[in-house]
Amino acid sequence: MEVMPKIPKSWNLETKPHKFCPGCGHGMVLKALGQAIDELGIQDRMVFGCDIGCSLLSWDFFNVDTVQTHHGRTTPVMVGVKRANPELIVVAYMGDGGGYAIGSQHLVNAATRDDKITVLLVNNTNYAMTGGQMAPTTMPGQKTETTPYGRDVSEAGYPMMGPEMVAAISHEGAYVARGSVAKFRRLKAYIKKALENQMAGRGFSFVEALSTCPTNWRTNAQQTWAFLEDQMTKQYPPGELKTPTGKEA
Amino acid sequence: MGEKPIRGEQKTFMTGNEAVAWAALAAGAEIMYGYPITPQNEIMQYWTRLAPKYEKRFLQTEDELSAGFTTVGGVLAGRRAFTATAGPGNVLMQEPMSMAEAMRIPTVVIVQQRGGPSTATVIYSQQEVTLTCFGGNGEGLRVVYSTSSHQELFDYTIKAFNTAWKYRFPTFVLADGYQAKMRESLVIYDPQEKGIAMVPTEAYVGKAGAPGEDRAPAHLRNTYNIEEELVEVLEESIKEYDQMAPQITEYEEFNTENADVLLIAHGIVFRSVAMAARELTAEGLKVGYFRPITLRPFPQEELRRAAAKAKRLLVVESAYGQLLKLVKENLYGMDVPIETYLRPGVGITPEEVVTRAKTILGEEE
Repeated sequence: MEVMPKIPKSWNLETKPHKFCPGCGHGMVLKALGQAIDELGIQDRMVFGCDIGCSLLSWDFFNVDTVQTHHGRTTPVMVGVKRANPELIVVAYMGDGGGYAIGSQHLVNAATRDDKITVLLVNNTNYAMTGGQMAPTTMPGQKTETTPYGRDVSEAGYPMMGPEMVAAISHEGAYVARGSVAKFRRLKAYIKKALENQMAGRGFSFVEALSTCPTNWRTNAQQTWAFLEDQMTKQYPPGELKTPTGKEA
Repeated sequence: MGEKPIRGEQKTFMTGNEAVAWAALAAGAEIMYGYPITPQNEIMQYWTRLAPKYEKRFLQTEDELSAGFTTVGGVLAGRRAFTATAGPGNVLMQEPMSMAEAMRIPTVVIVQQRGGPSTATVIYSQQEVTLTCFGGNGEGLRVVYSTSSHQELFDYTIKAFNTAWKYRFPTFVLADGYQAKMRESLVIYDPQEKGIAMVPTEAYVGKAGAPGEDRAPAHLRNTYNIEEELVEVLEESIKEYDQMAPQITEYEEFNTENADVLLIAHGIVFRSVAMAARELTAEGLKVGYFRPITLRPFPQEELRRAAAKAKRLLVVESAYGQLLKLVKENLYGMDVPIETYLRPGVGITPEEVVTRAKTILGEEE
């Protein structure tokens, strides 16, 4: 019997076990990315950029050239790398705060300019590294450290629909999808297609990964999974939003 | 690569912004990232006209944060990359340049100072000295050249790439709106033909070979878990900065022996000061000048030596005491009196300097 899932070859084993909290979804997203890197054979021409927040813990995660940047600024750093050397395959890895709040202008403009980069954004509905404050993706009614009575949308606004926005402003060759760590194979397929889109030079590619944060959600395993599967997917429907090469079956 | 942009020495008459674009081309800059802000716009405008002829690239970004961070990315990819900004743009530029400072990324930034604070004027000032020298949440581990003419804009833009890539500290060419917009004659040239070798660039990421097999992967970060980790990195950078300082500090001086007044100025104000000093000297007065060309690192020993021989100093600048602060800090412990002529965001003529110097000399008699 084959043991699944395999540890990707592109992972840096010296830094495993990784530094994310137990039950955190980052490890799953990075496993999906690692497997996609392996399958596409791009480890030696890849540059991985990670943001501030929990995503920065991936700065030595892969045996891939990696640069950890500032909060929200991974997109422009990777745009700069790609523009300077288009042979490289670049991934900007960030959380919802980095991509949708402090760095939203970079996401919007990179998508509009059709920069040939891949943005991989992890949505766990809160600012986790700073202790669980409200994020652009916090669900209506969800309690966080800065919405202790639940997110009141009349005061604190509505959740950010990232992939929907990127799909609306990006161009024909762009690839846009929302996956979930609960559907690992599908998430990996989305990430792989995003990278392939960049490799083919078709256009901007963007994948949001719905993820888990039991530490700040203060949930046990069952509650964690239920929040992800039952509540988050209602607000944030997974699937492909823009597919230059056709949808996943 | 295409042919060389400049052959031989060419006497030209152009704006400072145009001179910067030509200098970047001559220095072998490969990509510029930029965002519009007056008075530096024409650097981008000339670059975008010239660049395609020489297989160079340009990206207009969404703001100065992005212009700075894409420049960081371009350098990480191993390119001679640069950007230019001014005023409020320079404020935003400090975030990416603090990353460059932390990670020793040799970015080059041209700053054409405009009035401040806030939006102020698009015209001119010397009010971005403190910001350019010490901006960011760090220690000011950067190099700042303050130019005073178009020839210097050309020369020091070329030099900035070499200083940045040799020592791996972010490097700034600090000029102003007058220098940016004014036309002046200068000689442009190819640095190689002048015996100036360009320091080779090197990729930080995307190097040859399989990471983890043929070579170690690049794992570059600016975040540390504990205080000791941070201080170890900082101490190494500070040590290298201090070792570099005596090799790159530059200054100019005139008539510093027993001056009754030693004028101190930088940038374009220095030109008024130099004219005033010569005029006053011709009248038989003992007036000299000292001009720091590098504001970071500052020519401390040289200024102290000159100041020790002077009866008093007169600091002249188009800011309310930013150069003055640098001067005082570098003269700490000396008792030479310091007079000032501070005109924030306003140009200073030689006549004004002459009048002020004469008043001071008159007071003394």
